[in-house]
Amino acid sequence: MTSATSPASVTSSGSGAPPGTERAAQSGFALGLPPRPALLSRPAWIALIALIIAVGLGVPFSALVLPETSAFHLSAYMMTLTGKFMCYAIGALALDLVWGYCGILSLGHALFFALGGYAIGMYLMRAIGHNGVYQSDLPDFMVFLNWHALPWYWEGTQHLWYALLLVILVPAVIAWVFGFFTFRSRVKGVYLSIITQAMTFAAMLLFYRNETGFGGNNGFTDFKRIGGFPITHPGTRTALFLITFAVLVLAFLGARAIVTSKLGRVVTAVRDGETRLMFLGYSPLGYKLFIWTVSAILCGIAGALYVPQVGIINPGEMSPGNSIEMAIWVAVGGRGTLIGPIIGAFAVNGAKSFFTANFPEYWLFFLGLIFVLVPLLLPRGIMGLIELVLHKRDRS
Amino acid sequence: MAFSILRLARRSIGTLGIALITIAPLVAFALTPADIAPLAADDFDAKSAAIDKLIANHDAPSHALLKALSEDNALTTDSGEVLIQDGDTTKDAITGKAVSAPGAQPVTLNNLLRSKVSGALSGSQLDSPDLETRRAAINALLQNPDPSMKPLIDAQRAKETDPGLKKKLDTLWAMTALHNSDPATRLEAVQLVAARHDLDMNELLRPLVAKKPDGTFVESDDRVRAAAQAGIDELDAIQRRSEIAGTLFAGLSLGSVLLLAALGLAITYGLIGVINMAHGEFLMIGAYATYVVQNLFKRFAPGAFDWYPLLAVPASFVAAALVGMVLERLVLKHLYGRPLETLLTTFGVSLILIQATRMIFGAQNVQVSNPAWMSGGVTVMPSLILPYNRLAILAFSLIVVGIAWAVLTKTRLGLFVRAVTQNRRMAACVGVRTSRVDSYAFAFGAGIAGLGGCALSQIGNVGPDLGQSYIIDSFMAVVLGGVGQLAGTVIGGFGLGLISKAIEPFWGAVLAKIAVLVLIVLFIQKRPQGMFALKGRSAEV
Repeated sequence: MTSATSPASVTSSGSGAPPGTERAAQSGFALGLPPRPALLSRPAWIALIALIIAVGLGVPFSALVLPETSAFHLSAYMMTLTGKFMCYAIGALALDLVWGYCGILSLGHALFFALGGYAIGMYLMRAIGHNGVYQSDLPDFMVFLNWHALPWYWEGTQHLWYALLLVILVPAVIAWVFGFFTFRSRVKGVYLSIITQAMTFAAMLLFYRNETGFGGNNGFTDFKRIGGFPITHPGTRTALFLITFAVLVLAFLGARAIVTSKLGRVVTAVRDGETRLMFLGYSPLGYKLFIWTVSAILCGIAGALYVPQVGIINPGEMSPGNSIEMAIWVAVGGRGTLIGPIIGAFAVNGAKSFFTANFPEYWLFFLGLIFVLVPLLLPRGIMGLIELVLHKRDRS
Repeated sequence: MAFSILRLARRSIGTLGIALITIAPLVAFALTPADIAPLAADDFDAKSAAIDKLIANHDAPSHALLKALSEDNALTTDSGEVLIQDGDTTKDAITGKAVSAPGAQPVTLNNLLRSKVSGALSGSQLDSPDLETRRAAINALLQNPDPSMKPLIDAQRAKETDPGLKKKLDTLWAMTALHNSDPATRLEAVQLVAARHDLDMNELLRPLVAKKPDGTFVESDDRVRAAAQAGIDELDAIQRRSEIAGTLFAGLSLGSVLLLAALGLAITYGLIGVINMAHGEFLMIGAYATYVVQNLFKRFAPGAFDWYPLLAVPASFVAAALVGMVLERLVLKHLYGRPLETLLTTFGVSLILIQATRMIFGAQNVQVSNPAWMSGGVTVMPSLILPYNRLAILAFSLIVVGIAWAVLTKTRLGLFVRAVTQNRRMAACVGVRTSRVDSYAFAFGAGIAGLGGCALSQIGNVGPDLGQSYIIDSFMAVVLGGVGQLAGTVIGGFGLGLISKAIEPFWGAVLAKIAVLVLIVLFIQKRPQGMFALKGRSAEV
């Protein structure tokens, strides 16, 4: 979809221009643009590989080998919590792609998150088999509603591969169709945010209904096994944790690859001056659609990893409030940095766990204050703060 | 609910009466103690039979006892005597002699028996010489048609002189004559009943076109059946019309609420390009201000309680406007030019306001009662009652729109607001203090939302989450109408209300919401800037 207005025409015409820096000449840019950064700097690669080794070896060892009495034992609670945070981090990363780099503040990403969750949830419900309360072929809630056959859209969900396909396809199709219609009519800025929020709200109302066939307000829960493995077994949990971590790393690298590519540059240009970009001969529609759909897919995958770990999915997951909370993770971490949203997701949700355990009535105050103070005092989030500190040290 | 119970009662009286006519011939008995003894017992069926005897009697003591029953003046003693309370004295129901009965209890009647008694009393007043008494009696019988009154109605119909009452008596006669053995009489009766255009008559006409289990019609005469069918069709048409009118009114009512919520939003968005996610909480603040004012009236001026809205309206405006002003000065001012961050910030403010309200007033809904003049409603059609509180809010919202229009077009502040909306920098160049205008306009928009909250408190629940339920819809109204356009918001609000309520009967509330959303997304394909787009230089900034 991006080929129609590829930046190639611009870059190739640059070859006859006077030589710029060596790097820019290599990539065909000779317009005085700053060089495109590498995927990761050398220290970053080293840090990332060290982290992968530490997590890949340390987590299984600490969760499975060490006895529960050991101080370094990773409890099931902590593992689920961290796994949950990593799913949130993938979601935040997805949102950063569209908000931080394309200027689209989506207040509907909780929908894509929940859709991914529901897609894998359908498989998990089918995988319960006859172990449900009613010991029927159908999921319990359908027996409860006195349904006698699966609705057509449940067809094939007994296969894990098909459910995984749905995890990607459903958010992708919905995002593409929605994006096509809104971007085409050049809805942008706050308007777009409000419409994405309304979309999520409508979907939530739809999923709350029993007739929709997704368990009404109870949603899906009481899962037994995934891919043949018992879902609460420590080994399965550890595997899910490691898969989530791997997806987070891959998602980060993938997102980084997108934003450092030529396409990423055009996307950033859409953010900074869409009208100007159009005057230069680009049609922003394809770029926006691409980044929007990729982001939705990523968010769906995050949801699909989230559900087996927390063991429940219900329509509350797609409430408008949840979408807005995702935005604040990005804002706290620093948008347009990719690493920031990951930090933000961990920081805000860590604070949430702390407050809801200790001062439940003050959590909303605290969250509200973050919403108010971060844009006021920390417009570039934690990453901005870190950069500021580093710069000061450089100068002194 | 109460309506359907009444209907049920009426239907059973009807069948009971018909049964009575066919089984027991109408013969007058002298009143004996045995006849009325069941009134003292607890068996309602026996009581019903006793009352039927009283009705059939048409003599003075029976009438007096019926009257006493209808006024709750009938007493019974433990020994089974029935007495009538007359002021301070009690009299025996049959002999009329004064007796003293210290332990007498009032006769208890259920609703069914009560309406039977009042129907019978009306029947006996049909031949009263006083026109008004007759009219009241006929109207009461029309409400509670009772075939046992047939002889009285026939007699009065023959000698009634007043044309209006004569017509009513005709109907009344028709209602009792539907099962007459003569087809011509039945036909006339059916036509008269159908001409009443009263939806309750459906129940009288439907049995006439029904089929027996063996496939033949209950009503043997074709012409009678056709007339009954025509009557039913006409009644159905009336029913449809009143349903459409009801939907229209519900839509306008929802629209007026959305309008109140969206108006302030449209002003602030048009002016500073800020979508205020805390706007719903201004509604909530207005509603709680109304609640506080109401409580103050309850405590300090219970006599003037009916007039508390007079104070609640300005109080809710001021409360919301103050909070809005503080919000603008402390927070939003520093975020101008960053609309997406403002969106998040105002969401945070809404969280704080909701949680603060929960801690001050509790998480439960609070009770805001309507003043007496706002309860009840005006009956437009038999099945369509427009509640006064909704009518009041409709009027109120139009007044608020009028005030907003006046402020924006007729005052100096309005002139500045419009100037800043169109071109901020140029307005600043010619000396408009834009930052001050921003503050005032924001406070004004918040105040209007407060007024909306005051209105909402009269028709819905008042709780900390009040604003959340309206905010998305009012955003949609703004998107639909176009930003910063008063006319657009009015059309957007009412349009959204009408569309939602028009779809609801077919698809249910949830699908209606989704359908409306899809419609809006499709609509902005055609008109990206809403129905009333800004034109010229100020259009694209």
